[in-house]
Amino acid sequence: MSPNLLPYWKLFVAGFHQQSTYRLAAFGGLVANATFGFLKVAVLFATVRAAGGRLHGYDLGVMSSYIWISQGLLGSINLTGRTDLADRIKDGAVAVDFLRPIDVQVANVAADVGKAVFALIPRGIPSVALGAIVVGMSLPSTPAPYLLGALSLLVGITVSAATAYIVATVGFWLIESRGVQVLYMVVSGFLAGLFVPIALFPGWLSAIAAATPFPSMMMYPIDVISGRVAGLSALGLFAAQLGWLAVTGLIGHALTRAGRRKLEIQGG
Amino acid sequence: MNPIVETRGLTREFTVRAGVRRTRLTAVDALTFTVEAGEAVGYIGANGAGKSTTIKMLTGILVPTAGDVLTCGLRPVRDRRRLARHVGVVFGQRSQLWWDLPVGESFGILAAIHRLDRVAARTRTDELVDRLEMGSYLGTPVRQLSLGQRMRAEIAAALLHSPRLVILDEPTIGLDVLSKQRLREFLIEERTAHGTTLLLTTHDMGDVARLCDRVLVIDHGKLAYDGTLDGLSRRVGVERVLVVDLTAPAPDLLDIPGTRHLGSEGGGLQQRLAFDAEHTTAARVLTAVNQRVEVRDLSVEEPDIEDVVRRVYAGSRR
Amino acid sequence: MAEPVVHQRSVGPVARLAPYRAVLAARVRAQRSYRSNFLIDLGSSLLVGFVELAEIWILFHNVHVLGGFTFVQILLVFGIADCSFAVADLFFGHCDNLPTYLRAGTLDVFYLRPQPVLIQLITSEISLRRLSRAALGVGSIVIALALNDIDWSAARVALLVLAIVSATATFAAMFVWAAGLQFFLVSGAELTNAFVYGGRYAATQPAAVWSRPIKVVFGFLFPMAFTAYLPALELLGLPGPQWLPAGLAWCTPLAALWSWGMALGTWRVGMRHYQGGGG
Repeated sequence: MSPNLLPYWKLFVAGFHQQSTYRLAAFGGLVANATFGFLKVAVLFATVRAAGGRLHGYDLGVMSSYIWISQGLLGSINLTGRTDLADRIKDGAVAVDFLRPIDVQVANVAADVGKAVFALIPRGIPSVALGAIVVGMSLPSTPAPYLLGALSLLVGITVSAATAYIVATVGFWLIESRGVQVLYMVVSGFLAGLFVPIALFPGWLSAIAAATPFPSMMMYPIDVISGRVAGLSALGLFAAQLGWLAVTGLIGHALTRAGRRKLEIQGG
Repeated sequence: MNPIVETRGLTREFTVRAGVRRTRLTAVDALTFTVEAGEAVGYIGANGAGKSTTIKMLTGILVPTAGDVLTCGLRPVRDRRRLARHVGVVFGQRSQLWWDLPVGESFGILAAIHRLDRVAARTRTDELVDRLEMGSYLGTPVRQLSLGQRMRAEIAAALLHSPRLVILDEPTIGLDVLSKQRLREFLIEERTAHGTTLLLTTHDMGDVARLCDRVLVIDHGKLAYDGTLDGLSRRVGVERVLVVDLTAPAPDLLDIPGTRHLGSEGGGLQQRLAFDAEHTTAARVLTAVNQRVEVRDLSVEEPDIEDVVRRVYAGSRR
Repeated sequence: MAEPVVHQRSVGPVARLAPYRAVLAARVRAQRSYRSNFLIDLGSSLLVGFVELAEIWILFHNVHVLGGFTFVQILLVFGIADCSFAVADLFFGHCDNLPTYLRAGTLDVFYLRPQPVLIQLITSEISLRRLSRAALGVGSIVIALALNDIDWSAARVALLVLAIVSATATFAAMFVWAAGLQFFLVSGAELTNAFVYGGRYAATQPAAVWSRPIKVVFGFLFPMAFTAYLPALELLGLPGPQWLPAGLAWCTPLAALWSWGMALGTWRVGMRHYQGGGG
């Protein structure tokens, strides 16, 4: 592997291993997923039935896929922000990170993505399996949606890591970045389609959502994997995700450089 | 008069899970001792020897696995709340004060918790603040205090309700020499004025020497020694070490009476001499050294608790 | 030997509460001193409440009747549940800090004071920021009562008050139950969160949509349906689904008692485990 990429790969793997120690927490997470999952099944299935069995492209099977995949992704999509990084920025420890010969933004995002991908194993797979077995879900029968879905999921995870990173960097300028962190937590889940599928949003609300990177994190990957959106439309969603990846990446990069300059001026 | 602390065969075991294996660890093993009212007892032992566990059983936090314990004549677990009125504890790193509140406010809350008469509480607080010299920082939040300031506040908090028994866990750790001295003086005064019983765990032999008339040594959960400090010194041959820095390197001082030459550094520029505190004094050794060479600087090292404990244990195995 | 210098007052009923009042008053003062943080917290609590309400509204925006309820009707359920949960959270929400106390050893400090450990835990903090969410709940109740055609009687007024009180008590019990379990679980907060916060979520749902297993878990084991849904059925004059008829609404106090029994039992077992008593 190219020596430039090697450190990032190692960080990715380290993030991967870090998560393996929390076994009881993983079980607790599964119970939480199951509880909320079954409650959502109750309410959302009733909604679909009340709409005559089909609602904005959702039938019971697709709705089930949405519910269980979204629950499974909770450990991987960052909807709570990066308090650890924010603390490092607040107390200046991040100055040490800037001294290392690797890019701070890419390093942080890579580690986050590593953790997230690992979390798919104890969190993602059991939730989907539970849903498939107990409730049943409809998933595509051709390989294409899964391939695109896997890519879409990876990009979605990366977009969420990159956006959480941006929120943390705000700490370079705001002394109390708590308000921003909290706002992020509240808004991100809602606009990412965690509570209700975005397709159910009224027009003005889905327009607002589309203007943010949040749907790219969770809603679009779920749409692709579950098969609710297929073919060219699915590729369109993927393209939108790539667009948001570029935007969040660039913004994060710019903010990191500006933050670093600020530290250097201040004297670190 | 009932003893303040009475234990008989006090034992505490823990089950430790390491992966799949489970081992039974005996933290405290058949401790039997009695502390009478008014005594000052030093409770020493290596880290992990069982001191904290003993204190937890004395105060009702942990249930003994076997044996009996009576504190102030009460069963600690069963009568925990009644007992709390008679015992004051300064427990290691755990603070009894409210972290983000001013020190004075913590005292006010504690006075309410112990249901102290308002006027009497005021008098008592003022007395403690005065004698522990806390007046300058009564309005400072606890989290902003230095270690020395915090320890004084913790001790005041433990003594606020004038308990019959005070348990102090490492009260002088991390304090500078002057603060230690002042704290020791305060504890001695307090005991003289109120006859409070003191149980002190410490790694500092200076604390033990100046504050306690009796020493309990605990090693691996067992009581290895129970008696006076002098008795301990005699049994174990407690040594202090005089470290002298000379103005010029000199050959090893091997012939100073009553001393053992431990080593020298810098070709004889710094030399370490161990002497038995029972048989000679630092002053006498220094005089003898001065007759042979010129001393630029000196220090005296107290015996290490670990060292003492190790010797006691080694001695008891003979 | 000298006698203790300070004498302890004889204890009347109001004086009994003095220590707890002292700690709570200090916590309130401390929170108000962190002005900007407190305002941010108030705002975020309110925002979270709105988002939860929005979730429900979006569903009803798509279908007008869900589980036999219209949006205006479910607003009553949401209001009672959310308001009660917020008040319970205000007084008991911090009980899930127990793992932090356990890890730092600070729980031992509670043992050294002449008061019951659980009460010290409960009165150790108060989360004033939940007030905004409680306000949202109350606002929802008011609007719902205004917009719904309720056949008012003295009994119905009593039921509304009873429901809010019992619901608050039930949610409070959930926090204590969760705390008691923390003695056994290491990093087990997510497990109990599933039922505490999942329970809150369940309490705002029209329970007619629930499957049988959910009715068992959130209908009777953790009696969330009794907090808001059943009282709302009775107030609105609607019949209930199978196993949860409207008449059960009057049993909300029993649900609260059951929840507290479970909570205190769990707490006792937990404490005994911590202290190593009972084998």
